[in-house]
Amino acid sequence: MAEALLQIGGLSKRFGGIIASDAITLEVPRGELHAIIGPNGAGKTTLIAQLSGQLTSDAGRVRFAGEDITELPMYQRSILGLARSFQITSLFLEFTALDNVALAVQSHAGHSFRFWRNARYERELIEPARAALRRVGLEARADWCASALSHGEHRQLELAMALASSPRMLLLDEPMAGMGPEESARMVKLLRELKGELTILLIEHDMEAVFALADRITVLVYGRVIASGRPEEIRANQQVRDAYLGEQEVAA
Amino acid sequence: MTLFFEQCLNGLQFGLLLFLLAAGLTLVFGIMDLVNLAHGSLYMIGAYFAATFAAFTGSFLLGAALALAATLLVGMVLEVIVMRRLYGRDHLDHVLGTFGLILFFDELVRLIWGPAGLSLPLPSWLNSAVQVVPGVYYSAYKLSIIIVALAVAAFLYLLVMRTRIGMLIRAGASNREMVGALGINIKLLFTLVFGLGAALAGLAGLMQAPILTVQIGMGESILILAFVVTVIGGIGSIRGAFVAAIMVGFIDTLGRAYFTDILRLMFSKETAATAAPALSSMLIYLLMALVLIVRPTGLFPGNAK
Amino acid sequence: MKGVLTPRRVVTAAFVIGLALLPLYVSLTGDRFALTLFTRIIILALAAVSLNLILGYGGMMSFGHAAYLGIGGYAVGILAHEGIGSGFIQWPVALATSGLFALVIGALSLRTRGVYFIMITLAFAQMAYYIVAGLARYGGDDGLTIYKRSEFAGLINLSNKTQFYYLCLALLFAMLYLVWRIVNSRFGMVIQGARLNDTRMRAIGFPTYRYKLTCFVIAGMMGGLAGALIANHTDFVSPAMMFWTRSGDLIVMVVLGGMGSLFGPVFGAVALLVLEEVLSGVTEYWQIILGPLLLLVVLFARGGIDGLLRSLDARLGRG
Repeated sequence: MAEALLQIGGLSKRFGGIIASDAITLEVPRGELHAIIGPNGAGKTTLIAQLSGQLTSDAGRVRFAGEDITELPMYQRSILGLARSFQITSLFLEFTALDNVALAVQSHAGHSFRFWRNARYERELIEPARAALRRVGLEARADWCASALSHGEHRQLELAMALASSPRMLLLDEPMAGMGPEESARMVKLLRELKGELTILLIEHDMEAVFALADRITVLVYGRVIASGRPEEIRANQQVRDAYLGEQEVAA
Repeated sequence: MTLFFEQCLNGLQFGLLLFLLAAGLTLVFGIMDLVNLAHGSLYMIGAYFAATFAAFTGSFLLGAALALAATLLVGMVLEVIVMRRLYGRDHLDHVLGTFGLILFFDELVRLIWGPAGLSLPLPSWLNSAVQVVPGVYYSAYKLSIIIVALAVAAFLYLLVMRTRIGMLIRAGASNREMVGALGINIKLLFTLVFGLGAALAGLAGLMQAPILTVQIGMGESILILAFVVTVIGGIGSIRGAFVAAIMVGFIDTLGRAYFTDILRLMFSKETAATAAPALSSMLIYLLMALVLIVRPTGLFPGNAK
Repeated sequence: MKGVLTPRRVVTAAFVIGLALLPLYVSLTGDRFALTLFTRIIILALAAVSLNLILGYGGMMSFGHAAYLGIGGYAVGILAHEGIGSGFIQWPVALATSGLFALVIGALSLRTRGVYFIMITLAFAQMAYYIVAGLARYGGDDGLTIYKRSEFAGLINLSNKTQFYYLCLALLFAMLYLVWRIVNSRFGMVIQGARLNDTRMRAIGFPTYRYKLTCFVIAGMMGGLAGALIANHTDFVSPAMMFWTRSGDLIVMVVLGGMGSLFGPVFGAVALLVLEEVLSGVTEYWQIILGPLLLLVVLFARGGIDGLLRSLDARLGRG
């Protein structure tokens, strides 16, 4: 059996007295959409930060595509094909939507020690950027300033930027945060389309979306994995229901 | 050997003076997140006030006390009129705005006191040498600087660590909204903290006045040293400022005193004489570079941003 | 044709044309002082353009930029003192030394953020000041007189004030063009992206440190060029050129003119220096006005002159 694309072993992180991640171990095979759920403060975003390299872990190792990436800086993980979206929108607000995505393309299109040619006219950058915007449904807004976009469009742009670097795996941190029902439905449709092409680690609170999309689910409470398995198993798990699902409305 | 001991005392004295200056700077930065380039101007104003009041009253001590009070007042007025509008803004705004204040104060001082600078003579009762250790004599005045500065350091420690106000200061440093939500008058707290910083700067200014200088632009030169101390110690940490200030004081003083001799061991007399002044000034910056390589946020980072 | 002649474009064009035609004005009126003043303005505008690259576009709050001017100036001065008068040697040395210095300072400073970065660049520049002030052989505190301007094998005579003015102006326009190209290139996008959101840049795969360092060195070298020009203009270099308050003056020019805009630094340099001239004619204590004025600009007109022109554009565009 092929080695899983993402292997997390005993990942831990403390902030002073608070344990944000407690020996998290999990594997995500190629092509799977793996959801991480749990109450607020469970350490989900911390986990993404550790995986993407924004936070250094106190213990544990991370392997991606067979390589140990635990010590690698953020930018190198992205180069290896691990792309991330942010829970709190983190864009280049003064740039246009197209500029934002083009930058994501540029980082994987050779070096940027080019001082002369106008980057905004480089087809090598613009065409993939437009394609990514089209994919998420933002093409009409390509030339709009990012600061002028609505919140939902910001979330779409976040995803477009993650896709633009042609990643092997996506780490999505609440892509549907703050979205209305129509926008969420569109996002779910898009993620379903992406499922076959990419491996996805998805953090979400929207349970409908999670159970509609996930191949497997891991439940995190106080930084610890309390359950991990197929959606039906998780739904039936008493511990999980007590800790988390009981609070959520779940379509039976 | 006695000369070395004297130089050590000089180093301590200089270091403590730097501490007074750096403490105010780091306090204001740590609590209000404000970069204040005009801190050196408050140092200058303290010196000018002291020279003026001492001449007016005929008493050094009275002049110093009045100068301290006046600088405190100026500091608080400055906070209310200007600094309040800068809180929460980009640090570049602070830098530019307070840079404008430097220009303003330098010119204001020139307008009021003229371009020539003033002098503050030592009071006769301090103008003597004291036997510190058998065989070693040291200036009584410089000794009193050391004593006063240490007393202030102890006072600051008690204030920040043991009093309710100090608790508020520390709390304010880590969580402004919370302190505000507790119903404590944050505006008043900030005004007082800034005033304290101003008073510390003014004290440093007036204490060095009899032995160094009272002139326009004196703040600009020493401000950089205060910054270096703050960076080495860790922005926002008074303890860090203390440790770093003593280190810088010693290295700078002893470096200047003995660097020529040290160089002469390795190079020709001429090379040593040429290179020494330039290189000895570099010492503290090299120290800063070293500290930053190992610890990019200073020795005692605390709640720095 | 309403769209083409916006206030901002008109003002910019007026500046360019005015600067280009200044020597004509001088030869007509005999006002040689204006030529000296504007030569200095143009050189400082060039310095401001270089600072704008890292500060306005790159978001790197360097408070030690005057050091590069000093280093470039001293390179020329020291070589002239030692008998090497050829500009073909002096100027490349000026560029190389200021670039090297920028490399070292940048490498150390760019590992820090925020206030630390400001203070560290400030401190290192001041260190350079002290080193130069300690060089007794080259005048120390008193400075170094330059008896002969850089020689370019008869191609151009720098002692001829008009020729020198046009050289400086040409270099200013060349640097502006260079900055324009850099800022819109791939490299420029990385620099601007790092200013807007450095974490995101690293998250999408850019090792931002090396790009920022490169930008820092480029700006340092441009500063060195400005320094070489100043040395020739004043026939004198002194450590005072590098005192940290001079870096402050440069930052004021950049912000006053409009940070992160192409022509902003030129507007800023002209505005500040002309203002100084005008105000010092009014009162000896003109900095009393300049200081608070600066504060007011920071509080209420952060976009500087270019910002004001843009809002004028917008207002007229709507009306």
